[in-house]
Amino acid sequence: MRYRSVLAALATSTFLFATNPATAADLEVTHWWTSGGEAAAAKVLAESYDKLGGDKWVDGAIAGSGSTARPIIVSRILGGNPMGATQLNTGRDAEDLVKAGLMTDLTELATKEGWADFIRPSKLLDACKYEGKIYCVPVNIHSLQWMWINPNAFKDAGAAVPTNWNEFVAAAPKLKEKGVIPLATGDAWQIDGVFRVLLANLGGKELYLKIVDEKSTEAAGSPEMKAVWQAFANARDLADPGYVGRQWNEATSLVLTGKAGGQIMGDWAQGEFGVAGKVAGTDYDCLPGLGVHPALDTGGDAFYFPKNQNPEITKAQLKLASMLVSKETQVAFNLAKGSLPIRGDVDMQAANACMQKGIKILADSNNVLPSYEQAFSSDTQGQIEDLMTEFFADKSMTVEDAQARYVEIIGEAK
Amino acid sequence: MAGSRRPFTPLRNLNAKIAAVPMILTVLVVFIGCTLWTVVYSFTSSRSLPTLDFVGMDQYVRLFRTSRWTVSLKNLAIFGVLSLSFSLVLGFILAALMDQKIRFENTFRTIFLYPHALSFIVTGLVWQWILTPAYGVQKVVRDLGFETFNFPILTDGRFTIYAIVIAGLWQGTGLVMALMLAGLRNIDDEIWKAARVDGIPAWKTYLFIIIPMMRPVFITTLVIISATIVKVYDLVVALTNGGPGISSEVPAKYVYDLMFSRGNLGQGLAASTIMLTTVLIILVPWALLEFRPRYRKGEASK
Repeated sequence: MRYRSVLAALATSTFLFATNPATAADLEVTHWWTSGGEAAAAKVLAESYDKLGGDKWVDGAIAGSGSTARPIIVSRILGGNPMGATQLNTGRDAEDLVKAGLMTDLTELATKEGWADFIRPSKLLDACKYEGKIYCVPVNIHSLQWMWINPNAFKDAGAAVPTNWNEFVAAAPKLKEKGVIPLATGDAWQIDGVFRVLLANLGGKELYLKIVDEKSTEAAGSPEMKAVWQAFANARDLADPGYVGRQWNEATSLVLTGKAGGQIMGDWAQGEFGVAGKVAGTDYDCLPGLGVHPALDTGGDAFYFPKNQNPEITKAQLKLASMLVSKETQVAFNLAKGSLPIRGDVDMQAANACMQKGIKILADSNNVLPSYEQAFSSDTQGQIEDLMTEFFADKSMTVEDAQARYVEIIGEAK
Repeated sequence: MAGSRRPFTPLRNLNAKIAAVPMILTVLVVFIGCTLWTVVYSFTSSRSLPTLDFVGMDQYVRLFRTSRWTVSLKNLAIFGVLSLSFSLVLGFILAALMDQKIRFENTFRTIFLYPHALSFIVTGLVWQWILTPAYGVQKVVRDLGFETFNFPILTDGRFTIYAIVIAGLWQGTGLVMALMLAGLRNIDDEIWKAARVDGIPAWKTYLFIIIPMMRPVFITTLVIISATIVKVYDLVVALTNGGPGISSEVPAKYVYDLMFSRGNLGQGLAASTIMLTTVLIILVPWALLEFRPRYRKGEASK
């Protein structure tokens, strides 16, 4: 008797699981957009998706930065409990997952809608390709190669407002005298970012490509590269000892309150100036490409769709993918996020002066650099980051030693 | 003697044996099985996903060429030696003081044991606030009028590991004290009386009579502290996150970073295999010495 009722209960429960609601699917979307502007941007996506009718966007925001969220996302997919869709950075974040066949193939949809025709720069879509098939949807472009300065801090210290990196270094002693931190920076990835920017903009596009694309040890050991390392050593002397453990937005707020002269940080820093009600050109200034070489990389975010047993979810995934690249979504989302759209054919008149500068630079495809994320595995990126932070923290480490180790890492990179 | 051993009766105490099966399986599969898996895959070039592509000692060669790993090992050694010795000494002294039949003993015991109720994450954050130059100890002393006072324990890479030792001691000493106090309470009062009659000073009684008698308590404490030392991770993440630079990295953090955020399983597993080997090198000889059957003679004469 008792066994039978237990059996019945078990049968009912499996029955319940087997018959998921067949018409509409709940699509769980994980992402790490949790700061003010980012959350607003995610909401734009959620609302426009729900408006399409039928399927529902179930928000799975993961607090913390990408380094916290990425392992959670990856282990969920590996553990056989995939979400409907997930944000990751454009590049090699999901490379292994794609290779293992855990991601939904979007090629059919992409060919039908002609993604290759309007996604600009085309490198963005290349980052989603594996063996000719498309596995992700790029949604925005972020570039790292920006420097944000507070002109008033320089004027108060009696120095000329710099228009490029070299003038910035020259003006730094005057800032120091006044008790102003010349260069605000923070924890490990920000220091690594400073080096990436110095490499791209002081080293120039050719050197950058040789290292990032070809992984040339010769270029990594060249005198041109040594000059970049020397500049990085200068940056080390321009930072204050309090940089340890500082968040990027804290560093930005040092700049916008005039406690620091400048910060090398990606275009997302602009959101902070915007929130504080500062005006580009008067309260703060931006130097894309450090004011030396106007070259920007095109990192950003992309959505991946883990393979799913349920065909309804797969259908909902394709619907979301198609929505993400649509014109309306691109404009609304990117204005909220402060990033650039992935389509060249949308109208971004509402963007501010600094964003316009960025759009102009990216219009010339000669100025487009591949981002680190597209070129290096996260393992190699980590090795480089370790070296950068070690060098930055230990003033007794010489440029020569650091460069020798850098050559080694580049040589091992795949 | 071999001949007089108990007869072989597999069905004796059957219930107990059945009850032990899940635990035996857990040990075999989870502990031993996963350990073997770890060691095997540490010789492969596995990235985010395990693959059986053997590359010999490559992962280990890279591991020991990585300065972050060697710094991690050095830090673990410093942290281990200092926190082991200090928490044993301080814990015992606190317990001995507490054992002097003082007033408000319960209150003091609670105060000392309280930090242990906090997680390492909270401990790390609290100490970060205390030690950060901008608003911690340094600022307080400067505000008192000592303008040039410098306390760069968190910003100078040479000292950060000691900050971690301090926070770890603050958190862990209370537990050692409680264990020691329990040990002290187990010592028969007669022994104290006898020592007093013989005119032995108190410190000598502690050193030569009480401590040797508390050997089991010391061993338990040692095992508990050692385990927390080897796996120290959260404290570092909360207090310094390995910085500045790589000056306060620890092995467990290297393993976690490589395996989960950098997608290099092979490297992470090689690092954890080294951690395991280190522990075994220290533990096995000690365990052999400690748990060898030393009462064999007595048993045979029975």
